[in-house]
Parts: sequence; C-alpha cells; structure tokens
Amino acid sequence: MEMINLTIDHKPVVVRKGTTVLKAASSIGIDIPTLCYMKLDDMNIENKPGGCRVCVVEVKGRRNLAPACCTEATEGMEISTHTIRVVNARRTVVELILSDHPADCLICAKSGNCELQDMAHHLGIRQIHYQGEQSMYREDTSPAIIREINKCIMCRRCETMCNDVQTVGVLSAVNRGFQAVVAPAFEMNLDHSVCTYCGQCVAVCPTGALTEVDETGAVIRALSDPKKTVVVQTAPAVRAALGEEFGMSAGTLVTGKMVAALRRLGFDYVFDTDFAADLTIMEEGTELLNRLSAYMAGDQNVKLPILTSCCPAWVKFFEHSFPELKDIPSTARSPQQMFGSIAKTYFADKIGVKRKNLVVVSIMPCLAKKYESSRPEFAVNGNPDVDYALTTRELAHLINLGNIEFKSLPNEEFDSPLGESTGAAVIFGTTGGVIEAAVRTAYEVFTGKPLPRVDFEELRGMEGLRKATIDFNGTPINIGIAHGLGNARKLLEDIQAGNSEFHAIEIMSCPGGCIGGGGQPYHHGDAEILKKRQRAIYSEDKNKTLRKSHENPYITKLYEEFLGAPLSEKAHHLLHTKYFDRS
Amino acid sequence: MPGIKLSEKTIGIIQQVCADFRNEGSELINVLHQVQSKLGYLPAEVQEVIAKELNISVAKVYGVVTFYSFFTMIPMGEHPISICMGTACYVRGSEQVLAEFKRQLSIEVGQSTPDNKFSLNCLRCVGACGLAPVVMVGEKVFGRVSPQMVKSIIAEYKGGCAVEAKSA
Repeated sequence: MEMINLTIDHKPVVVRKGTTVLKAASSIGIDIPTLCYMKLDDMNIENKPGGCRVCVVEVKGRRNLAPACCTEATEGMEISTHTIRVVNARRTVVELILSDHPADCLICAKSGNCELQDMAHHLGIRQIHYQGEQSMYREDTSPAIIREINKCIMCRRCETMCNDVQTVGVLSAVNRGFQAVVAPAFEMNLDHSVCTYCGQCVAVCPTGALTEVDETGAVIRALSDPKKTVVVQTAPAVRAALGEEFGMSAGTLVTGKMVAALRRLGFDYVFDTDFAADLTIMEEGTELLNRLSAYMAGDQNVKLPILTSCCPAWVKFFEHSFPELKDIPSTARSPQQMFGSIAKTYFADKIGVKRKNLVVVSIMPCLAKKYESSRPEFAVNGNPDVDYALTTRELAHLINLGNIEFKSLPNEEFDSPLGESTGAAVIFGTTGGVIEAAVRTAYEVFTGKPLPRVDFEELRGMEGLRKATIDFNGTPINIGIAHGLGNARKLLEDIQAGNSEFHAIEIMSCPGGCIGGGGQPYHHGDAEILKKRQRAIYSEDKNKTLRKSHENPYITKLYEEFLGAPLSEKAHHLLHTKYFDRS
Repeated sequence: MPGIKLSEKTIGIIQQVCADFRNEGSELINVLHQVQSKLGYLPAEVQEVIAKELNISVAKVYGVVTFYSFFTMIPMGEHPISICMGTACYVRGSEQVLAEFKRQLSIEVGQSTPDNKFSLNCLRCVGACGLAPVVMVGEKVFGRVSPQMVKSIIAEYKGGCAVEAKSA
C-alpha cells in the first residue's frame, strides 16, 4: 500500500494513495465545509460531483483553488483550508447559489434542517452581491413527495440515491446551463413516473427542493372535529428514532413517551401498527407454509420463493419493473393497511362508531406509506382505510406545535385491543425483522414444536444482501434478505432467470429497512445512527414477554370473534390485496 | 409515460443501431447520433426504446438528449436553418439575423414551418468565425449574413430543389 505524505494547514499527515484531500483533512480533525458531497459509509456510496465548490482549498503551486472532495492527495502537497482567499471564494460560491435561490426560508419546510441555510449561517453571509435571473420551474406535487426545483442546488445526491442505490432511475439532470434541473424523463411529474416514493431522495436533499407532503394540518382538523373519533397507529421504527428530534441520542427507545405524547395531542385511541404486524405474520406465515407444503407435496405450479409485501415502495417497484413476477409476493397487505382495515370494521363496530366518523392516522418512518394509503384498492366507497399517514418528522412537528415537553413525559401504554403486540412485530422495523418474525411463527406451526431459540442472529445485520438456511426440523428453508432496491433487483433478476435458491425473501426498499426510511429524522449520511436504531429495535423485542406473533392473545381473539382463521374468506377480503402491472 | 406507438420497422432500426454498439450504455451518445441521423429526430418513444435496449434509465437518455443542442425531439424541417450564436457571430449581429429569420418564417427557435420546409435553431460556433455572422442551411454554410440577405437565402430553398447559391 503506497503511502502519501502531505501537510494540511501546516500539519503533516500520511494517507493511503487514492485518499482525497477532504478525507485526509478529516483524518487529522480539520473540518472542510462541504455542501454537495455525501458519503454513505455502509453502502459504499460516495457522491462527489465537485459541483458546488464550497470545499475548495488552496494547493501550494497550483494556480486555481481545488475542490477537496474530489482532489486526490499527492506526495508533498501543501494544503491550506481556511486562508482568506479560500474563505472569500467559499463565500462567493454560496452567495452565487443564494442569488438563484428563493429567499423564503421563514416559511420553507426545510427551515432549520437545511444544509444551505446552515452554510450561509456558517459563512456569515449577510448580503448577496449578485443579482440576476431566478429559476422559475413549476412545483410538482405527488401523493408523497413535493419537488420544488427552484430550491435545487444541483448537488445530485438525489440522483445518486435514485440511480445508484435504488436503481429506480427516475431522476436525472436534464437540460443545460441555467435551464438545468433534476427531473424525471421528459420532465413528467413524479406521479406519472416509475418513482416508488421510497423517499431516499428526500432523506438526502440538502435543501427544501425535495420534501414530503405535509398532512399535519389535516390531522389537526380531524382532531378538533367533535364528530370524529381519531385513532392513531405507530409503526415499529418510529419509536427507535423519534427521540432524535428532541435532542435525545440515536437509539433511544421512546415507545412510552410517544404514546403519552399522542394521547396529549388528543388522539382518542393510541394503537400500535405492531398489532397489525402480528396479524401480517399470521396471514403471510400461513401463506408461506401453504406454498411450502404444496411444493413439498410435488405441486410444480406453486410460486416460490414467496416475497414479503409490507413495503409499499418495494411493491410499486416490482409493479413497474418486474410485473411478470407479480404472482410471487405474498398477497398480504402491509401492517399499515391491515390496521386500517381492521380499525374501520372490527374496531368501529366494537365502539359503535360509523366508518365515516372514524379517522385513522398512522405514524410511519416512510413516505411511500402516504402513497400506499391513497391507493384506491385500500378504500371503501372512497373512504380510505388509512386517512392520513404522517412521517416521524411530521409527528415531531405536531408534538412541538402542541407545546409538549417530550423528554419529561411519563411512559404510557398503548390502548387495547389494537395496541397489544409481540416482539416479533417490533422487529419489522429493521432489515431482516419481518422474515425473522415469520420464521418464529412458521417454525412452530410447521414443526408443531416450540422454538429452541427465539433469536435468529443469522438473519440479522446490515449487509445489503444476506442469506441463511433455517432448519425446520429436518427441512432446510433457504431465506434471502435484501434492503435497498438495488440489492432487491439482484435477487429479482435471479428469480427471473430461474436461478433463485430461496424459499422466502424479505425485501425492504430503504437501506437498513424502515429504521432508515425516507420519513425518519435526517441522519445526514451517518450509518452509525441506523445501527443504533437497529439495536434499539432488537432490545425492545428482547424486553417483551411474548415474542412470537401467534402468541398474541388479542390476535387469537380477533380471529375467534371476527376473522375466523388465517386466509379465511373474510381475511382475504380485508387483509389481502392484488398487484398491478404498471410497466 | 407515453405509450410506444412506433412501427415495427422503426423499432427494428433503433434496435439495430443499439446492437451495432453492443447495447452498451456507455455508447449512448453514439447511439443517439446514429438514430437521429436515420430518423431525423428523437421523440420520447424512440428514447424509451433506446433506454430499454441499452439497459439504462429513460431519464438518463432524456438528460443527454436535452444536454446537447445537436439532439432534437421535434422533427426538423426539410431545410434546417441554424444561426450561429457564438461570440464572434453574436457581436457581428447574428441576433438581428435570427430575428429576421423568425419574422420571415413566422416561427420561433426550435420550431418548424407548417409545411415542414424550414426549421429554425441556434448553435454555438461552427468554427468559421472569420465569416461571422454564419448561418447554416442543411450542410451548407452562408457567411457574413446580414438581415437584408435573409429573404434571398430563404427564397433559394423555397422553390423545391435548392439552387447552388453563392456562399461566402
């Protein structure tokens, strides 16, 4: 390994050949400001177009300033990172960006979380010396994501996520010069494109160019309407991240405080999507066992591997890109939609409230859940099963709006009956969790024996593609796991080619699973945060007395009182769905 | 997304061009060049076929098509007129020449006349700055063009086949 000696701000540093000046500086604690640059460590993704020129540094003997993020360190280099010339250049660059940026920071959705705003503040920009033409690109609103391209600074991070990580390929830089924008093909709106609404573009956008559709106003109206009974459900991954919005360290579990906050906001019933996750396992697990049994009995037509169907971005992805595989995923609806369906039938009857007066709000780590809840098949006579899907960030905003001192809230319990859940449900929030939950139940139902151990370490981790073989009492079951749609694509191409070795595959669109969802508090590319959230999820599972979905007594009761059995006609009607060819 | 309504023959032509470049995504610009020279322009449906053949996203294809002014998504006229807006031509009055072409043909930049005889475009420097301002009609170069010459340039092409005009 060839080593390179250089000095940065007069400090000597030794780095491997190929290291950029930016990394060399950070290795000795010198912070060079960046704007377009993005590095996602565990995904091997680095976005360094060198486009914004905020990271420029002075290189002795070189005429021009050099962008640190994409300039390789060379032997004997003498770098200065904060000379007057450099700082002036940085200020000029940021002023030029601001000269074509709407000055509506006061009312921008990203205010307070905007990297451009932070940079202007950091550099102390008080005046913009350049005046010129302003971009006037139309706003594009979809069911989940809003594109306000006038706020785009062409950092290209969204393109990196959409093309390299997710391989969805919706976004690309189009046109040239001042007219250049990041847009879908033919500059169509997002809702006409193959966008999956995974929201990873929103998660990395440094400015307010890409944001989520804000439904907090509608939720406040529902809460203040005396005729409405408002029910809320919370997805597993939310409790492992919400605390970050209130200055708590990453990985702090805030389940009890979250419940308390929702109650103080005025929700009539605070329920848990985890309940529906247990229900999902009953349906999806039974489907898996049925397919496996048929396969072992010699049925050649049985569709294997079975694919999980909880993730709406993944569902939209295969509907667009692999429509010929649409019979393979489980037909089970996602936990969000199962919850909505049960809340507006079973629960509405129980409390004697008419469907039209029951409002179901969900708190999701996800943007695609907004889209999912708007799919017409999840509505009865135009009344959706889930009325509003808020992100973790939107919930934090509501809590702040309600003047609730989150950190000092007591821990409270979910309401009954749709608030009871097992440890199997909470791990839905991380990559590998859904399939582990399914295995816990499927194993016991299939073998008729209790699990020798509940924790399946072999299914856990952060690698993008994982596989494991679980011994079902003599029958080996091959399991595949993918998170990030680029990884999912690889498994799907194997299935298409007939080369898949798996019986069951779990797919989550977002890197890390729902803990890294597009609606979570911004992690700004820090993969450590995802790992901490993951650990929090597993610790919540460990602390539960019941850790297998089929042991949830309220699920048993739901089947006895209402659904009959998994895959019954009623269950099919309320808990299953079908997929569409959107190619 | 626009539905594919190209003829089998057109699709065949595009597929052949892509195959000539081993269906490699990195050959996109060459493929676009060839397809445009065969079909005259690159409408959305054509870009979709190219994206599929080269296994790249349509957005990427569209991005390249819109980046280079050479590529066009609208059919060019029988006689494509290009006015150089490079620095030399611009300072010697190409803007007034362009205005006269717009006036004479009653079309804007990027449009074609209703009879599809002429289309109007701007380009950046043809490397003949000594002849500024420069106008190209098809492959032919006209130099030191003044607004007064515009009418006669158009007239040369109006009557069907173009007469050999005196170029500078």
